[in-house]
Amino acid sequence: MPSEAKSEPPHAALLTLAGMLLGLRRVSVLMPGVVIFAVAFGAAASAKGLSLVEAVLMSALVYAGVSQLVAMELWRPEWSWGAIVALAFVTVTVNARTILQGASLQPWFSRYPWFVNAFQLSFFTDANWLVGTRYHNEGGRDLGVVLGAGLALWGVWVVMTVPGYLLGALVADPRKYGIDLVMPIFFAAMIVPLWRGKRGALPWIIAGVVALITVRLVDGYAFIIVGALSGAVVGAFLDDPA
Amino acid sequence: MTLPEPGSWGPYLAILAMALATYLCRISGVVLMGFVPLTPRVRRGLAALPGSIVVATVLPLIERLGLAAGLALLAAIASMVIRRSELLALLVGMAFVSLMRAAGF
Repeated sequence: MPSEAKSEPPHAALLTLAGMLLGLRRVSVLMPGVVIFAVAFGAAASAKGLSLVEAVLMSALVYAGVSQLVAMELWRPEWSWGAIVALAFVTVTVNARTILQGASLQPWFSRYPWFVNAFQLSFFTDANWLVGTRYHNEGGRDLGVVLGAGLALWGVWVVMTVPGYLLGALVADPRKYGIDLVMPIFFAAMIVPLWRGKRGALPWIIAGVVALITVRLVDGYAFIIVGALSGAVVGAFLDDPA
Repeated sequence: MTLPEPGSWGPYLAILAMALATYLCRISGVVLMGFVPLTPRVRRGLAALPGSIVVATVLPLIERLGLAAGLALLAAIASMVIRRSELLALLVGMAFVSLMRAAGF
């Protein structure tokens, strides 16, 4: 089992087609959930009066499910600059967790040229962060896994927005089948391979407690970033005896 | 000088603003960490980060989504401990929550 404080051995900056296919395979368990989520977004967009082009454009350019659904709550027929800036601000608060997710994989990503990262990070989401984190913990170093998983989900996300938009009214309540829980379940399951023994648990406990407190005090999604940062800070100051 | 109102471009500008905001989130963690020297302390912090993100995301969601969801997540974790398969964990969790919800929880 790789230890947490390893110094990265030098290796070539790998990015292969085989890696991309592996990423596609690893993320495929999430496909049914992403299909339903994209359909639900398409349906919400058509109900809010977006054109099909606008809905597909949003899925293609933004590609962040929760923030797209939140945007549908805030969508309006007429836009002022103030409303646009407010929407961008809300989008940042919903997606701020990707700042930390990116930071956690930076020691791996930094081995690649900036333009590779500028491109692959366009497709960086919860799902391929989880897939990439697990793969990296197992000792994998092929960035194709992250990119392949991200591209595959992006394609499905964009394409499945269309039937959602066109058939919106026919979509049954996704809650009934537990589809709203796909990402939470995937997150929860990831606790097991990330487990590094009791010593590693203290930062997690702090992260959880701080997140639970924050969610009571602050609306929105600040709890993820506040909780996770607290856990990381505690982890940083836990001095390993070895 | 004042900007002209967005007018009919409004929806497209709103989408572009969202795309820009999301992309900035995606790159800024990687970019910012490029300026932080990887001392052992920073390395330990980064090592604790993935688990902290996962726990900080999931725990409040359990509270928000209710008892059935919370038990479904626990069932998925148990499945993952027994058999290290994300697919199985996902199926167990979804089956669990569907049954609970069908039963009226």
